[in-house]
This record gives sequence, structure tokens and C-alpha cells, in this order.
Amino acid sequence: MNAMTDTLKPATVAKTTMTTIPTAHLNLPNDRWRPLEIVFWLLPIAAYFAFPGYLVLISQIMIIGLFALSLDLILGYAGIVSLGHAAFFGLGAYTAGLLAVHGWGEPLSGLLAGAVVAGIFGFIVSFLVVRGQDLTRLMVTLGICLMLHEAANKASWLTGGVDGLSGMMVGNLFGRFEFDLNGTVAFWYSFAVLFILFVVLRRLVKSPFGLSLIGIREGVRRMPSLGVNVNRRLIAIYTVSAVIAGVAGGLLAQTTQFVGLDSLGFPRSAELLIMLVLGGTGRLYGALIGAAVFMVAQDYISGLNPAYWQFYIGLLLALIVLFARGGILGGLEKLAAGFKSKKEAA
Amino acid sequence: MLANFAGVLFDGIAYGSLLFLISVGLSVTMGMMNFINLAHGAFAMLGGYVSVTLLSALGVPFLASLPLAFIASAVVGLVLERLLYRRLYKASHLDQVLFSIGLTFMSVAAATYFFGPTQQPVTLPEWLRGQVHILGLDVGAYRVFLIGVVVLVTIALGLLIERTRFGAQIRASVDNQTASAGLGINVSLVFSLTFALGSGLAGLGGGLGIDVLGLDPSFPIKYMVYFLLVVAVGGAGTIKGPLVAALILGVFDVAGKYYVPEIGAFVIYALMVVLLILFPAGLIRRKA
Repeated sequence: MNAMTDTLKPATVAKTTMTTIPTAHLNLPNDRWRPLEIVFWLLPIAAYFAFPGYLVLISQIMIIGLFALSLDLILGYAGIVSLGHAAFFGLGAYTAGLLAVHGWGEPLSGLLAGAVVAGIFGFIVSFLVVRGQDLTRLMVTLGICLMLHEAANKASWLTGGVDGLSGMMVGNLFGRFEFDLNGTVAFWYSFAVLFILFVVLRRLVKSPFGLSLIGIREGVRRMPSLGVNVNRRLIAIYTVSAVIAGVAGGLLAQTTQFVGLDSLGFPRSAELLIMLVLGGTGRLYGALIGAAVFMVAQDYISGLNPAYWQFYIGLLLALIVLFARGGILGGLEKLAAGFKSKKEAA
Repeated sequence: MLANFAGVLFDGIAYGSLLFLISVGLSVTMGMMNFINLAHGAFAMLGGYVSVTLLSALGVPFLASLPLAFIASAVVGLVLERLLYRRLYKASHLDQVLFSIGLTFMSVAAATYFFGPTQQPVTLPEWLRGQVHILGLDVGAYRVFLIGVVVLVTIALGLLIERTRFGAQIRASVDNQTASAGLGINVSLVFSLTFALGSGLAGLGGGLGIDVLGLDPSFPIKYMVYFLLVVAVGGAGTIKGPLVAALILGVFDVAGKYYVPEIGAFVIYALMVVLLILFPAGLIRRKA
């Protein structure tokens, strides 16, 4: 039980540690892997053997999970509200996709290119984002995403416009493994990329840099007096987040061999927010769990009727905000805390 | 060329005044309650559907359908404010954004369920069709009517806010809630009525705008950016700010789509990013 609460604890500086004398080890980076985390990462592998017919869906869950992770970095940790994160996802997808269409089919370098393009764009955009407050940020991120969407729509000679970008020739992974129709290679490819990036990000958010981001989220005015250059840190995390989103976009393009205009659309940004909030922000795992729950539900319900799906997701969102802040992981954590205090009382 | 330009300018102003009518409520609620309401377009859509239903199914005359669209949206706005919105005034902006996106999605799904996914046709009365001749220009009669209505509404709104007791209470509540409450103003009631007024104006705009903006279930999402844009660029909490911003955006959008159709909606997004960088707090700041 103890391991679970520790693992799933959101990355907030708990109020109690502020009022009591802070012990040094509490604030030092501690990124030891908990047993529950290891179990969590065995789940996709178990799913691989348990649901061999759903490999494509599972790969997409992992890719969108990676995308949600990128949003968690800026929203859950640094507290930047973005309504246009699909911009970077779409950039990565179109970069990897266009390379593959024009003869550069090597997947890993294509992915890297997507990450670099998204990262450069994210770096430029970040200067605009750090300028304003919530409403301005919201509008700037939304506006930039819409601009890219419009650009991709108009430049149909390059991107295929509304029909989407098809005709990609993605080469073999490491020159050996061909992307098959069952999605076996796509599965392992997505899993490996997700896991490696997760390890890096997990280290990042538990580092002093990650803690300073939480500090910025919780009290932006106090951070400069601790010697933190707030804008520079926000720019750094925004760029990292854009890179990760670009990788996710590139992965989706390569594994599905198609890039739709919707990869840049507002609904994608909004759905991403929903997944993250559903899972719980500021914990990394929330992004992955939210993406999994959201996409399985979407697969099931939108099979019945797409319009109903949108209604229920809207209702769910309103209910989460009104009654269940913290999402799934937040709820589990409360349950766990309840158990713990009962145990202590007994 | 010049006449052409004047025509574009005129259409832009008509479009901008419609944007203003829909967004002004958003500006006041945002400035007053500090609430980012992405679902504002849903109230406009509601007004549009009420107006269409009254016109086609019940045969209500066009002019009579507009006040009814206003009332319907205002009532729904009042109910939602009392039941849901007020719980979130103190919540973080993220929560407000998420909640109102949720409402927007629900309204889109509900509109699809009741009215189908297609564009709603609107038949204007005879006297609003065709062109009229003003100052050597041939302009759409409906657009003249539109501008006329918006001018009237704006004047009425200005009088309401500047000259009446209720307007003074609104201004006081925007400036300082605590002090207003201390002076015996029922701030929570003022909030509710203002929210209802803003929603009603959006509904009126939605009913008026079917011919210009179109009406289908994706309306709240399609135009959400424009409404937010008007408020973010104009500065929340004022009436002048959104008016100026809506006219600028309307003219630039129409001109952009007319003169450089190949880059289409680009003009307006680029303009918005530039304006927001230059004026992060909006064109017209509210006097403290």
C-alpha cells in the first residue's frame, strides 16, 4: 500500500512538508523505481500476448500516451494551459510522413527529424507563450495550431490537404524488421520509444529542474527570489514538450503510414487535455492511464455512434471538473490515503 | 477598385458587428467573474436553432423570432449559471477551460441529435433580400439591417451600463466585488443577470447571424476562436474593447478572404498573434 501511494503521488510539494521542518531527503531527487511502476510497464507486454488481435489499437494508445506525456510536462508540471499542442504533434507527423513519401524511409532518422522540426518550432513559439497569462497563452497556442492547420489545408500540393498524406514508404526498422500488417513491429517500436522517453522524462521531472517547474506552477512570484530564471525554464520545458509531441506524431505517421489533417486539429488538442485530466495531471502515469482509458472507451463507444461519444466525453469532462479533480490516479490516491489513515486509527 | 474596397469594408463591418454582438457577453463575464467560458458559442448556436425552428416549423415572423432567440438563450444561460458556472468562479483557469469544453462538446452532440449534422437553411423575409443603394454603393440589404440592429443594441447596452442603477451595480461588481458586496449590492444576483444578458445577446447574434455565419452543430467550435479572439484582443471587462477588436477582426477577415483567398483564414490568425504580442492585456484596458 505504501509503495502504491508513493508511486502515484502527484508531483506537488505537500503542504505538510511546508509547515513542518523540511527534512533534506524529501526534496532531493529520488527516482528509485517502485514495484508498482515495474508492474505497470509489464502491462503492455502482457497485453501483447493477451490481445494479439488489438496490436494496432495498443500501439496507438502508447503513441497517444506519449503525446499526453508531452502535455503533462507543460500543463501538469509547469502549469501552462495549452489548447494547441496538436501543432507539434502534427509537425512531427508531417515531417516524418513527408520524408517517407519522398524516399527517406528510414524510420529512426525520420522520427528524429520530426522531433527536431517540432522542437525548433516549439522553441520559437515558447517565447510567445511565456509572455502572457492564462487567457493569452490559451489564445496564442490555439491560434498557432489553427494557423498550422490552415497552412496544411491550403498547401495540398505538399500535404494532400483534406485527403491526408498517403503513399508513405516506411523502410525496415534497423534495416531488418518490416512493418507488418498485424502491427507486431509497430507495437515493439512504439513500446520501445515510449519506454525510453518515459525513463528520460521521469528522470527529468524528478531532477532539481523538474522541482523548479513545480515551484513555478505553485508560486511563480517566489521563484525569482530563489534565483530561478522563470522564463528560461518555461522555454526549456516547452521545447522539450514540443520535441516529445513531435516524436509521438512521427511515430503515429510511421506506424499508420498516413497523416490526416486532423492531426493538427483543435479536437485533437482538446481530446489530449481530456485524456490528461482523466488520468490525472502532474504524475506522468496519469497521461498514460488517461490515454489508455480514453482510447479504449472511444474504440468501444464511437463504434456505436460517434455523436453519442462526443456527448459522453463532454459530460465526463464536466463531471471530473466538478466532482473528481485529480482524475483516476487522484481518486485512487484518495482511496489509498483513506485506507492508510484508517489503519493508523485502528 | 475603390467601390470594391468600400464593399469589402462594409461587409467586414457587418461581420465585425455580428462578432461583437455575440462576444460582448463573453467579455463582460470574463472581466467580471474572471471566467474563461469556451462554451459561449453554444449559447449563440442555441439562439440560432431557436430562431430557425420558430421560422420554419411554427411560422413565426422573422422580427419576432429574434427576441425569442434572445430570451431562450438568456433563460438557459441563467439556469446554467445558477446551477453550474458559479461553482467554478474560484476554480483555476484550467478547470474552467475543461468544464466549458465539456459543455461545448455536449451542446454539439445534442444539436446533432436533435437537428442533424447539416447546415440549417434560413429564409429571410422579402424586404431583407437583395441589394440596396446607399451613398453610391450597392450593399446587401440584410447587412444594412444587421449593422442597424447592432448599433441599436450597442447604444441600448451603453445606456444600460452607464445610465442605470443596474449598470452601476455591474460596473461596481467588475471593479471590486468585495467592496460592492459591502455596499449592499447583491453581487451574486448581478453576476447571474449579467451572465443571462450576455448569453441572451449571444443568442440574438446567433439568430441574426445564420445568414452570415451559417448554422450547424460544429458552430460553437468553429467560431469559438473568433469570439475568444475578440475578447482577448479587445481586453476583457469592457464594451469598447471588444467593439474595436471585433470591427478590426471582421474587416481583416473579410478583406483577407476576398483579396488573398489562397491564404484564407491565415490573415486573422496572424493578426491575432501579432496583436496579442503587442497588447498582451488587450487593446483597451479596463480602468482600475
